[in-house]
Amino acid sequence: MDPELIDDCVHCGFCLPACPTYALWAEEMDSPRGRIHLMKQHVEGTPLTPEMAGHFDACLGCLACVPACPSGVRYDRLIESARAEVERAHRRPAAERAFRALVFGLFPYPRRLRALRLPLRAATAARPWLRPLLDRLPPRLGALAELAPPLPRPIRLPARVPARGERRAVVGVLTGCVQREFFPAVNAATVRVLAMEGCEVVVPAGQGCCGALSAHGGRTAEAARFARRTIAAFERAGVDTVVVNAAGCGATAKEYAELLAADPEWSARARRLRFADLAEYLAELGPVAERHPLPITVAYHDACHLAHAQGVRAQPRESLAAIPGLRLREVPDAAMCCGSAGTYNLFQPAAARELGDRKAANVLSAGADLLVSANPGCTMQIASAVRRGGRDIRVAHTAEVLDASLRGLSPAALGRPGPGAAEEERRS
Amino acid sequence: MIAAGLADRLAAITGPDGLITDPVRLRTYECDGLTYHRATPAVVVLPETAEQVAAVVRACHRAGVPFVARGAGTGLSGGALPRADGVLVVTSRLRRVLSVEPENRRAVVEPGVTNLAITEAAAPYGLYYAPDPSSRQVCTIGGNVAENSGGAHCLKYGFTVNHVLAVELVTPEGEIVWLDTMDPGYDLLGAFIGSEGTLGIATKIIVRLTPEPEAVTTLLAAFPDVESGGRAVSAVIAAGIVPAAIEMMDALAIEAAEAAVRCGYPAGAGAVLIVELDGPAAQVVAEHERVVALCRESDAFELRVAEDPALRAAIWRGRRAAFAAVGRISPAYLVQDGVVPRTALPEVLAGIEALSARYGVRVANVFHAGDGNLHPLVLFDDGEPGAGARAEAVSAEILDLCLAHGGSITGEHGVGVDKARHMPKMFGAADLDTMQLLRCAFDPAGLANPGKIFPTPRLCGEVPGVRRAPHPLVASGEAELF
Repeated sequence: MDPELIDDCVHCGFCLPACPTYALWAEEMDSPRGRIHLMKQHVEGTPLTPEMAGHFDACLGCLACVPACPSGVRYDRLIESARAEVERAHRRPAAERAFRALVFGLFPYPRRLRALRLPLRAATAARPWLRPLLDRLPPRLGALAELAPPLPRPIRLPARVPARGERRAVVGVLTGCVQREFFPAVNAATVRVLAMEGCEVVVPAGQGCCGALSAHGGRTAEAARFARRTIAAFERAGVDTVVVNAAGCGATAKEYAELLAADPEWSARARRLRFADLAEYLAELGPVAERHPLPITVAYHDACHLAHAQGVRAQPRESLAAIPGLRLREVPDAAMCCGSAGTYNLFQPAAARELGDRKAANVLSAGADLLVSANPGCTMQIASAVRRGGRDIRVAHTAEVLDASLRGLSPAALGRPGPGAAEEERRS
Repeated sequence: MIAAGLADRLAAITGPDGLITDPVRLRTYECDGLTYHRATPAVVVLPETAEQVAAVVRACHRAGVPFVARGAGTGLSGGALPRADGVLVVTSRLRRVLSVEPENRRAVVEPGVTNLAITEAAAPYGLYYAPDPSSRQVCTIGGNVAENSGGAHCLKYGFTVNHVLAVELVTPEGEIVWLDTMDPGYDLLGAFIGSEGTLGIATKIIVRLTPEPEAVTTLLAAFPDVESGGRAVSAVIAAGIVPAAIEMMDALAIEAAEAAVRCGYPAGAGAVLIVELDGPAAQVVAEHERVVALCRESDAFELRVAEDPALRAAIWRGRRAAFAAVGRISPAYLVQDGVVPRTALPEVLAGIEALSARYGVRVANVFHAGDGNLHPLVLFDDGEPGAGARAEAVSAEILDLCLAHGGSITGEHGVGVDKARHMPKMFGAADLDTMQLLRCAFDPAGLANPGKIFPTPRLCGEVPGVRRAPHPLVASGEAELF
């Protein structure tokens, strides 16, 4: 926790209304200003108490406070270093430690996620009968089970996809972990859209996890290891631009140079590689492929790590609005986090649930047929909250909507059913 | 630092979830927006209903423990500075908009509702809440009532006191009462608004809603220096025009705002003026032409006009962010809040510049030029020994300068703890004693936010002006006489 970064805070409080936990509890120590004050207390000699650690843990890391701050406080860096300090200096209860080890030992590893497919599929199929058991699970494990999406068939992406028509650029694509295993159709759509817009697309094998989950969890050394491997994979592939379609991954990848700052060689290598969000990159490239009509009403959800961390708000809206026949609706209180926040809904299920319910109500009030977002975690979280309220909404990634328009598909082709839908499909 | 018995009683009132006793958590409440003064409260309570507030205050009263009310903690005079021996009553969980009544043009809200949230709730009916402090998205209406907050648009529309129709409050003895503008007799509501938490805690506020004007136009004018900008302000007012707002920022304030929000103000400006006109369309058009001409006559070298909300927001972005933006160009700063007659503006600004040079302390100026309300931002490095004291000295001399020109020590931020010691420069002993009589009528035990507004703590029952023996608090070493 860098005291200079802490001192940038002038205690004006402009961050308070942006903060989801302040919205929930209205307590100073669960606001960005209060958490920075706790950090200040700690660097000035107060030991890291369990209460202090609890307030850092309760932060979603949504970073809505960063654009809200007139003094330019780097809360993103502050909270990551606070989390690292918690990992270093705070001993969690045994059950919590075990659960964290499970999550951090599973999600960043596509191979392990894949190995889980069969048991998960069985569990999903059996969910109606397992319900009473799920309800009795500790809340965190219950959250994990409830969020698991229906498992699609794996899609193998070619290592290189030629540009359609004249080649305008060569780009790499980051396939991610959860995106790759649970939402392979999103990656396929991303590659197709890029190719149709004239990009030669390279999908290097061996890229693995980008390190976002670890970085946001305060596991800095682990994050740096993942970052180096990701950089090396794209260097080998010979691209200098990498397109990312998951908001959390993109936010971390864009800050590789900061993450690897201790190592001048690697931070220099990180700076030579440019990471861009899909919508951001397509807006720069400019459209060439024909947009076919897609008569559908869409609510666009701002993923925090896209809107707040990367400042990408206008581009996805513009590219959706440019599709003929598509009606774009705004979600009220759009800047407020849905509660997914990476691993937050696993570690802080109660708060995540409450934020999810608020977001679901706002999304439903927009009256759209389809919820579109650029982060797998958000769509899982919101769809699950909508279902909890006894309603339903179809969800899709921005890439899938664009892909459907470029390929002239019908709107009916769009929209995965949300988590928990598999059981209904089986019944029908 | 308070008796365990009181903490237990408070926990019984708000529930364990509404009581903070952990020392690390308590310290996050040690100051409001003015970080220069700090005190960790003995306990913090977070009531959720007016009845809970009343019960908390009654418990304090019975135990003889002082209490301080706090909203979002954005105040700039330390009005919500806690007492180490007292209870901090935080109203952040009292945040419901209870009703919006477009037919009555009013809304009933709880004190923890933010200023901007009232306007958002009223917007579907074409109405808004007029007073607009720059911190409107975070500051609470309860705090606005306590400090009689202003904002850029007060020039035309008035302060909080002009927009509050009634208040439900908990008296310092724990009774719930309503004060209403319609009450016959003395204007107790007027006395309560701006009383900085010394006469009780507001628990419901009925605010007046104002119809959105038919037309709004915002002009950004860049001047070579503050003096020519000041000339334009005087010319506009002399022409009989009452703009919704006239705001000025000097070069240093522009630099800060630019660094913070990239507001894109004209390069090379020694001062910018934001002039907002609103009202019937025909009037706005006519006044706008006149203002443009007057700015040009006063040497404005660039004029930008925003007629749509997005461009208007872009112009205002720099102004609204100005205070906190100073954090970009200085490690720490003090915000001052003095008032001078408009005609004295050029002289006072020159005086501030001289002070800045004499002390070697940078001062950025942001001000509501239309009503002569200055907000000098005194910059300093809190890591440098003695710098804080030097900034304090500059800040105090700026107030002296305002007073010497027939002005006031506060326009809209309140006296709080920060300017209590300047009160005797503005008021004689008899005036201060008379104010104490009012305070004692509400708070005989002296438990509601003691130590604010007035420089010397005083117990009620004492004969004003005649002190035969040392004050009991002075005798016990808890207070000292200046």
